[in-house]
Amino acid sequence: MTESNLLPSGQKRIDSLEMRGITKRFPGVLASDHVNFDVKSGEVHALLGENGAGKSTLMKILYGLYHPDEGTVLLNGEPVTISSPTDSINLGIGMIHQHFMLVPTLTVAENVALGLPSSRGALTDLDKVSNRILELAKIYGLKIDPDAYVWQLSVGQQQRVEIIKALYRGAALLILDEPTAVLTPQEVDELFVIMRQMVRDGHALIFISHKLHEVVEICNRVTVLRNGRTIGTRPTAETTKQALANWMVGREVGFAPDRGETKLGEVRLSLDNVQCGSDRGTPGLRGVSFDVCSGEILGFAGVSGNGQRELAESITGLRKVTSGKVYLEGQDITNMSPGDIMERMLSYIPEERMRDGMIKDFTVAENMILREHQKQPYSKNGFLNLRGIASHADELIQKFRVKTPSRETMAKNLSGGNIQKIVLAREISRNPRAILAAQPTRGLDIGATEYVREQLIEQRNKGAAVMLISEDLDEILALSDRIAVIYEGQIMDIITRENATPEKLGLLMAGVRSEDATPVVK
Amino acid sequence: MRSKLSTLFDALLPVIATLAALAVGTVMLLLLKVNPIEAYAALWDGAFGSANSFAETLVKATPLLLVALGICISFRGDVINIGGEGQMIVGAVLATWVGLTFTEAPGWLIIALALVAGFVGGGIWGGIPGVLKAYFNVNEILSTVMMNAIAVQLMNFLLRGPMIDPAQAELASKIPQTARLIDEFHLARLAPTRLHAGALIAVVLAVVVYILLWRTIWGYRIRAVGQNPHASRYAGIKVSRYMVLALLLSGAFAGLAGAVQVYGVNYRMITDGSASGFTGSAGFNGIVAALFGQLHPLWSIPASILFGALLVGANKMQRVVQVPSALITVLNGLVVVFVVSSEIWRHRRQRRRLAAAGEEEAQPKPDQPQVQKEAGQ
Repeated sequence: MTESNLLPSGQKRIDSLEMRGITKRFPGVLASDHVNFDVKSGEVHALLGENGAGKSTLMKILYGLYHPDEGTVLLNGEPVTISSPTDSINLGIGMIHQHFMLVPTLTVAENVALGLPSSRGALTDLDKVSNRILELAKIYGLKIDPDAYVWQLSVGQQQRVEIIKALYRGAALLILDEPTAVLTPQEVDELFVIMRQMVRDGHALIFISHKLHEVVEICNRVTVLRNGRTIGTRPTAETTKQALANWMVGREVGFAPDRGETKLGEVRLSLDNVQCGSDRGTPGLRGVSFDVCSGEILGFAGVSGNGQRELAESITGLRKVTSGKVYLEGQDITNMSPGDIMERMLSYIPEERMRDGMIKDFTVAENMILREHQKQPYSKNGFLNLRGIASHADELIQKFRVKTPSRETMAKNLSGGNIQKIVLAREISRNPRAILAAQPTRGLDIGATEYVREQLIEQRNKGAAVMLISEDLDEILALSDRIAVIYEGQIMDIITRENATPEKLGLLMAGVRSEDATPVVK
Repeated sequence: MRSKLSTLFDALLPVIATLAALAVGTVMLLLLKVNPIEAYAALWDGAFGSANSFAETLVKATPLLLVALGICISFRGDVINIGGEGQMIVGAVLATWVGLTFTEAPGWLIIALALVAGFVGGGIWGGIPGVLKAYFNVNEILSTVMMNAIAVQLMNFLLRGPMIDPAQAELASKIPQTARLIDEFHLARLAPTRLHAGALIAVVLAVVVYILLWRTIWGYRIRAVGQNPHASRYAGIKVSRYMVLALLLSGAFAGLAGAVQVYGVNYRMITDGSASGFTGSAGFNGIVAALFGQLHPLWSIPASILFGALLVGANKMQRVVQVPSALITVLNGLVVVFVVSSEIWRHRRQRRRLAAAGEEEAQPKPDQPQVQKEAGQ
């Protein structure tokens, strides 16, 4: 290696880490089946795979949260035992979790110091911690104020706090678990700058993602897992997004869904200067107006928490609209009950599908009729018609390829993708006039994502008006005919598909109104 | 195989828990220098030893079952009804008033009216906390308990004042009881024992509640709201309305239990002035029976019989082996504690199994349905 064996942080570098023949069984499930994986100093190694492929299991083993049934971990060629996160931290392994492990009401320095012994015994040594944070921040080019409260920071800044925290604890190898899932495109770019800097300095990085373009952009090598097995490891330079996707799923996947033909029809849903509050009592929507027509997909891009939830809820009657009007097919539906609105054939695929979209302790069949149970053939004169419910469930299970042992299986025992298929089946099978889909593919693997997107496009081609709220820009760009950018409860702009670029949308998402973006509607 | 065994184990768990409770009871009996075999033999004999004692067990089980049916409804709707005592009382008061007021009417009509009155009275007493919870966010556990206190005092006032037996009003003792219902208004006896038609009514209603919960829109919605109010609201179900309905129906069944006690057992409303003087704590014990029956109306039948048997058998045990009556209460309590904890334990075990099989990375694969089945047990 280079002249010294030390990283800029003063930590000893990890030249190589190898996981060999790792096997982990859960009752009835083989989560990892003789998996091999290695990472070297100065590289970003991507771990790619669908949900359930075994990525998290492998990383939890490396971080000491699980113990492998078989296999060895070699650090710089020496076998090591990692039986707890403390062990892995002592070995120089750090992990940035997808959901940040920060206390919002504490400062950055306090968060970093949390759980570590103080050099002053019972007294805190926050000044020392702050100095060290500033030192590390300087070395790695991370802008961070140790005295800022975490709740004041943006998501991207909070992630930097997590990185600092890991570096402070002496991480030479960092595991980044889907680090870009919550970031804007600009924040992703900033993260990549930091990652490149760390790699240059001799850190080893493991990057978990299922966003293929990011893997291709930032990683040196990529290992693909499928069904708990290593499918292979390749330098990213020798592969393409399409090849990786096929590799990951194990078959050809339609990468950009075929959008087919559509005919733009009359205005189906229309919002006129709608305002509403948020859960915290602050303004949620501050005057939102737009039209959605039959046969189009209107995408809503934006960073999470900018009014997407409030928008969906005020359209569906779940949140009180304080001023303005909502029209469905010309009829005023403002502040009607959710039941009455959905009765008018507005379908809703809620963001938090486990909480709002389905009942975990109900069977698949019972969940399939959640919306329409009061109608024939599912019930008559107040009594449920079990035969009608069963045949409806069987039909949808088959049509939407829901993988379930039977229609009587409790929904909680299905995978996230199959649960979303149930919600989708229920909402789409009623041939709605308008569909509101909020984060419909979040957390789904490629196969299920592909399926959900196809279904939304099919609905559009059949003449439904589709509203797609998503934080995934790729999804918005792949599906939408027009794209509205939502920022702080307002629509920044609505751009047509042809005029949209990630850069342009990114600026709008950050609240920068660019003059050259072509306004199309209102 | 493993899953079959563990299913069997889960099903037998309440029985195992009961036996464990009796085992602890054995230790207590030994400490009291009583032969436990003799004591439990007396308990068994008292509950099931003869046609008469078995009939007594069923008589005790009847109000427990009726209350338990209501509890099945409310707990399935995720509203906790601790107000069975008060609801029984109000139902009984209304039913008694019917029987004492319209003495000229035919018996079948009055009995039917009285049962309806009990149902309505309990329903009102359960519905009030339901409205308070659904529309004013008042905790239903607190409000139902407080409604119990109100009902007890109301009963004490009525039975000592406006509704007191004219015969007692003359006497110095002034036992708080109403006049006796005329013979035509008594629920039919089923055998030459004290067993009355109320037991049959309760069993039939258990089937009705089963149908209500799993075969009707009302039941579907009550269960949906109980399992996940968010998703129910998103699906267009009026959550508040079904919360009220669940508590109202729950109270109604308890009210019916009160009416049945009056028309089937005592033929008058009578109390000893204590809080449980009229109900014999059936409003509370019914909750236990329902939980023991896993909140299933049909399983509540054997569960109620078990607790009825414990109550009746305990009397005999007390007489035969001369243990303090407090021990009987302890024994009942032990069964409750063991059953409820075994239930919690079973849930945890199931969750752990689910967690292990359902880790994000280890989600049941489509090609491994047997895993899902196992996790579903």
